[in-house]
Amino acid sequence: MGAFRYTSRSFVREVVMILAALLFAMPLYFLIAISLKTDQQLTLEPMKPPLADPEWGNYADAWSSGGTTGGMGRAFLNTLIITVGSVVCLVLVSSLTAYVIARRTSRLSNGLYVLFVVGFIMPATLGLVPIYVVMRGAGLLATYHGIIILHTAGILPFAVFLYVGFIRALPTEYEEAAQVDGAGMLRTFFKVVIPLLRPITTTVAMLSGLIVWNDFFLALIFMSGSSIGTLPIALNSFVNENYTQWNLVFAGATIAILPMLCVFVVAQRQFVRGLAGGIRG
Amino acid sequence: MTERTTKKKHADTSALPPLVVAGGPGGEDEGPGAVRWWRPRWLTGRNSGPAGGARKPPWFLAMLGIAFLIGMHFLAPLSGGVYAFTDWDGFNTATFIGWDNFREIMDSSVQRGALLHTFVLAGSYLVLVNVVGLVLALALNRTLKSRNFLRMVFFAPAVLSPLAVSYIWQYMFTYDGAINRMLGGIGLDGLRREWLGDPSTAIWCVLVVMVWQHAGQAMIIYLAGLQGVADELEEAAVIDGARLWMRLRRITLPLLAPAFTIVSTLMLISGLRVFDQVFALTGGGPVYSTETLATQVYQQTFVEGRFGFGASIAMVMTVLISILGIANMMYQRSRERRL
Repeated sequence: MGAFRYTSRSFVREVVMILAALLFAMPLYFLIAISLKTDQQLTLEPMKPPLADPEWGNYADAWSSGGTTGGMGRAFLNTLIITVGSVVCLVLVSSLTAYVIARRTSRLSNGLYVLFVVGFIMPATLGLVPIYVVMRGAGLLATYHGIIILHTAGILPFAVFLYVGFIRALPTEYEEAAQVDGAGMLRTFFKVVIPLLRPITTTVAMLSGLIVWNDFFLALIFMSGSSIGTLPIALNSFVNENYTQWNLVFAGATIAILPMLCVFVVAQRQFVRGLAGGIRG
Repeated sequence: MTERTTKKKHADTSALPPLVVAGGPGGEDEGPGAVRWWRPRWLTGRNSGPAGGARKPPWFLAMLGIAFLIGMHFLAPLSGGVYAFTDWDGFNTATFIGWDNFREIMDSSVQRGALLHTFVLAGSYLVLVNVVGLVLALALNRTLKSRNFLRMVFFAPAVLSPLAVSYIWQYMFTYDGAINRMLGGIGLDGLRREWLGDPSTAIWCVLVVMVWQHAGQAMIIYLAGLQGVADELEEAAVIDGARLWMRLRRITLPLLAPAFTIVSTLMLISGLRVFDQVFALTGGGPVYSTETLATQVYQQTFVEGRFGFGASIAMVMTVLISILGIANMMYQRSRERRL
């Protein structure tokens, strides 16, 4: 940008955009402002910021009470376990699978690649009932590993699609060199290929982490009523218990939202690159 | 000296009876005398023939991924397709009832409504999210001092839990909520209403929340596309005296065609599957005015316990998404080619 000076037009444009952004961010202002109000402040002056004496007690309430999970605090931990578990499994399984598909150039591997793309486009909704039945039979309902497997398998086609695109563009020389040095297949993969995949792994981990962290539909079907429900599940029960007590509800919503928002602000670049470029493959 | 000993040892080994096993994924040196256990090529990933290059990774490394794919994305939907023709309740034996479930979908006003609302929501979402995203991208592509911060503000909602976001908006839409207060503040008291409680406005509230949350995502995809639009091209057009609208139509928009394809495909599919927002904002009400296919799949299957009927709605949804998704992609492709 360097020596950027406002002309009257660019100044107006800037002001207009800032106003638009303020309007756009209004719901987030209410979220934070109301979550820090007492019941009385909420009825008397709902629009004002509670700068004088913020009511942090709402957060304590939301953190420790509500739902079968026993509060947003426990749900926070559950969500963290499930998200990390799913992302790790997904990255391992999808990178290995994509590595084989990308490096074997047979008709079979091309066919499989097409199957992965089809699996990525088609919604998995129709499979819900059979999956539910199988998981109920196998005792996987409301378990950490059950939902982790579900998320891994669910996001897999997308992740494989991203990985294959990336690996195909990667030169094979490094792997050949490792093998000449006597490294086995798995050793080559973990010591040589995985480090080379770092940029796309970041994208896959970000996008899948986002999906799993925010997932409500699968958690609702496979985790609700259990003590290991995720944040959206706990938030949903918390809202049902404190209906129209917006200060409490918003404290709960903030707990559900804040971690992702922080990660986003810190790792903005990766998110933008992932969501803009990653989708393109 | 050392070399000779090694050689000698090697010769000794090969003279021994065939006990040494070479091969396997290690890829050791194989003397002519070594015995190789037969292993299928798909297992070891070894290339036959003298053509060098890296050995191909063995298929078994991909087995888990392939099993997940086949299980979750092909076998499960296929058997779900079978359930769609039964009256299964999740526990008792299922009876095959032909097309009855689908007939019920067509006869029931709730299901027909769900189908209609899904179309209306997805269609208007597709249009609005594209328009808002594109306008934001064009506005923030320019040299504004605050553009990076503004981009972050507009994009942030896309990373938040749709459920939590919907609860925030539920407050915004209540009678005492922010929207009505703001309307009152600018002297439009007459417009105050219970936005989510009115069957004629509730669905548009859902739409507002969907667009608010994802317009920023469309924006960053368009911004990425705009980076490809060369400044020189724009400048040349400016020098030629092309007006803003002309420049936009002749240069910017055609170059954004690939971004348009991505945004449209993405948003069409997510619009057809909308669940969280409806669930949190209205629960499908009032009087079924916001039911969508996804909320009905959930309701019928997991609340009412009608597994067969739920599967048939899921099937309608799957067929719809596949057809519209593919049609959209083909249309976009041909459009991109024409431009």
